[in-house]
Amino acid sequence: MRVTITVNGARHEVEAEPRTLLVDLLREQLGLTGTKIGCDTSQCGACTVHLDGHAVKSCTVLAAQASGHEVTTIEGIKTGGALHPMQEAFWENHGLQCGFCTPGMIMTAIDLLAEHPDATDEEIRHGLEGNLCRCTGYHNIVKAIRAATATTQAVS
Amino acid sequence: MATTEADTSTRAIGAAIKRVEDPRLITGSARYLADLQLPGMAHVAILRSPFAHARIRSISTERAAALPGVTAVFTGKDFEHLNPLPCAWQAGGVENHVVTPRALEIDRVTFTGAGVAAVVADSAAIAEDALELIDVDWEPLDVIVDGEAATADGAPQIHEAAPGNVVMDWSIGDAEGTEQALAEADVVVRQRLVNQRLIPTAMETRGAAAQYDPVTGSYTVWMTSQCPHVMRLLMTAFVFGISETKMRCISPQVGGGFGSKIFLYPEYVLVAAIAEKTGMPVKWVETRRENYTATTHGRDHITYLEAGATKDGTITALRVKTYANLGGVLSTIAPGIPTTLYGRMLSGAYRIPNIHCQVLGVYTNTGMVDAYRGAGRPEATYVVERAVDLIAREAGLDPVEVRRRNFIEPGAFPYAPASNVLNGLEYDTGDYERALDRALEIVDLESLRREQEQARGQGRLIGVGLSSYVEMCGVAPSAWIGAAGEGWGAGLWESANVRVHLTGKVVVTTGSQSHGQGHETTIAQIVADELGVPVEDVSVEHSDTQGTPFGYGTYGSRSASVGAVAVHNSVERIIAKATRIAAHMLEANPADIVYENGVASVKGSPDKGKTIQEIAAAAAVAYDLPAGEEPFLDDTAYYDPPNCTFPFGTHIAVVEVDAHTGEVTLRRYVAVDDVGRVINPLIVDGQIHGGIAQGVAQALWEGAVYDENGQLQSSSLLDYGFPKAEFFPAFELDRTETRTDVNPLGVKGAGETGTIASTPAIVNAVVDALAPLGITHIDMPLTPETVWRAMKDASASRTASQG
Repeated sequence: MRVTITVNGARHEVEAEPRTLLVDLLREQLGLTGTKIGCDTSQCGACTVHLDGHAVKSCTVLAAQASGHEVTTIEGIKTGGALHPMQEAFWENHGLQCGFCTPGMIMTAIDLLAEHPDATDEEIRHGLEGNLCRCTGYHNIVKAIRAATATTQAVS
Repeated sequence: MATTEADTSTRAIGAAIKRVEDPRLITGSARYLADLQLPGMAHVAILRSPFAHARIRSISTERAAALPGVTAVFTGKDFEHLNPLPCAWQAGGVENHVVTPRALEIDRVTFTGAGVAAVVADSAAIAEDALELIDVDWEPLDVIVDGEAATADGAPQIHEAAPGNVVMDWSIGDAEGTEQALAEADVVVRQRLVNQRLIPTAMETRGAAAQYDPVTGSYTVWMTSQCPHVMRLLMTAFVFGISETKMRCISPQVGGGFGSKIFLYPEYVLVAAIAEKTGMPVKWVETRRENYTATTHGRDHITYLEAGATKDGTITALRVKTYANLGGVLSTIAPGIPTTLYGRMLSGAYRIPNIHCQVLGVYTNTGMVDAYRGAGRPEATYVVERAVDLIAREAGLDPVEVRRRNFIEPGAFPYAPASNVLNGLEYDTGDYERALDRALEIVDLESLRREQEQARGQGRLIGVGLSSYVEMCGVAPSAWIGAAGEGWGAGLWESANVRVHLTGKVVVTTGSQSHGQGHETTIAQIVADELGVPVEDVSVEHSDTQGTPFGYGTYGSRSASVGAVAVHNSVERIIAKATRIAAHMLEANPADIVYENGVASVKGSPDKGKTIQEIAAAAAVAYDLPAGEEPFLDDTAYYDPPNCTFPFGTHIAVVEVDAHTGEVTLRRYVAVDDVGRVINPLIVDGQIHGGIAQGVAQALWEGAVYDENGQLQSSSLLDYGFPKAEFFPAFELDRTETRTDVNPLGVKGAGETGTIASTPAIVNAVVDALAPLGITHIDMPLTPETVWRAMKDASASRTASQG
């Protein structure tokens, strides 16, 4: 079937099997491998992207369902070549080690702060319930998101 | 950090520099194994055994081969010419009954998840579809999953080569002295401890890709490995029987390993062999379910401990018998983990005058067990730290005081644990009480004890648990760990090459391998600091057997204390050569040259000097070098450590147990670690955070569960107790810094301390919370159900005894 999809601002028309998952379309057909696959059961959140501006697990969305919609991946969040403040915050606060969960974490965190700009640490931890990390014990991820909260608030 | 002097210098070593590898990771441009795509690449899927123990009568592949899009279907018989995988670390000094996996099993499987057939297809989806069309005629056999029960009379026998299912029966220490000391002790505690099986769960699953060049007869294999050089050695010399020069192994970006990516796995061999057979580049990416069944697990000990002490809490003896479940076949270094890395660390941080340890390695119909973060040392620490608390309870003493009373004192280093349990090595340096005191100060134990007392009055259960650990990093002196000593089948030195290019830019290649630790940053910091160049001028290359010197890879917290020392030694020799060249340029005697902050100058004339960039250019163009001096600043160093290093510290957990539901809430977690000299505090703290989370998770949530048929019940992230962000509080870290004298950098190792320390701290805290109920021990994981049952049983037995 034909899937018409806008990814990171670019419109694509691709032929895909009906069973194709959004994550596979992004990775295999569009070559956007920044979005990761870490489980088979929609637990880990490594595949998190934005669908029409909201975080979704792209392993749980069919490519067909995303047809006609806009998707943003980790490759698409820089603005004018500058890192997104959330990317900066993860870097600055050592919010990543092996980096495998990081694209999904950052996409979730951006959505989290958009919904709850003044999230407390507790709310941040709760907001990450769909994203798993094995390296950091989440300590510096929470710290990074909190730092990004401060940056976002300072800007606004 | 309160206990170390604030470093106000501009030195790169010790600076909290943000990582140089991060830009590619935060933008999604890093290339992991699954991201690799070669022209014409086919995909491999593997049919795995649904039975834990079964004979393969026959396999029919015709229907699968006929599916459109399928290139080929293979079974074990297609790879009969390849040797089984090697077991590279057998328990030292005893007979090992070794059975290892093959690329695909041929006539029998001994655990659920063993590979028996493989499909090559145009896409991973078609390959998986085709697996459904392979027909295997299975003959199920009797199954045993418990490591202790497997050694009992009448248990199903898994391998003819291993009577009683015993891989090895290994003992160390002083049996007679320990027996006598236990008989004479005022206080004796005995406990059966289950250190449950864990699933490492790196967020990136495993994978491999391979390409074969028929013209040269050589393979290129990409794999999710912590040690690509070792992979090449094992595959070429032991499995394929070809020259090392016929294979190049590459670890692309690796998404965490925690030990599970050290080993040579059947799939790596299989993928390389398929590339050769089909002439196509092929790729296999593990699913999470495969990762849970076919990637190695960790721990899985059943231990009987007996400890003796005097009335005042002075420990006089420790006797340990452990059944170490190693799974259905042996992984690459499986027997070495519960022996060398476990038994030899059973003195812990204490002067224990009599120690004896027996370990039985056992085959069961479960997945392979091998090193998982800490690897043996968490199990040892769990035994010792539970024993200390049991003694304190039995003797009516404060656990803090029992630890103080038995600590190896700062003046006693180097310290050889009693009964020669460390087989000739010595703990290098330490000040255990200082770390304990600092942790107590942060947590404010006195107030906590008051709060605990008040809470008990209100029916609330608060507990405080300590864990004072010492661990062994920087594995290891080759002569000690090698075949004649600890049974390791090779050496364990590390290598580095440092090249200063004409422009003064530096390239370091290392045999170490980074899978999240940040080698590219820390190694650059060491070179920048010592050579006196900016950090950004140093580029670190690793993880490709082509272009890096041989190295044994990254595990056992050895990259700083072994790998980075090779870098340091190489830089020292570069500086020596630069000094000779600078002397020639300055028309001075080399003995009069001082090299500081990247400038070589004549003593007393610091203004007239040559920068490393100027010297590098002179060395590279070679127009005018001292007589007999070779061009270029380039040096390769091989470093074999004279001893391991021994980090230590104290962790304290504060928990509250819900008296109604048994749910444990971790209220605070304080960690004071001493990892020797710190190269990058940001990275060291990050390692400790992650380690703590894994150790806490073992204590409270995680556990691999097999049913009696050998089916893994916890076979996905849906079923396994993997921790989430909201399970943890923010961790409270501090450190003391006691440098090692084992290596010139003074570094010990930080990758595993958090995991090693944290598990017993949590269990000790929960048991402390439940002390009023008379509970002295609960086996992990301390899930609400487990704790609730323990509370219920305790109150039932109290009621019975009162009635």
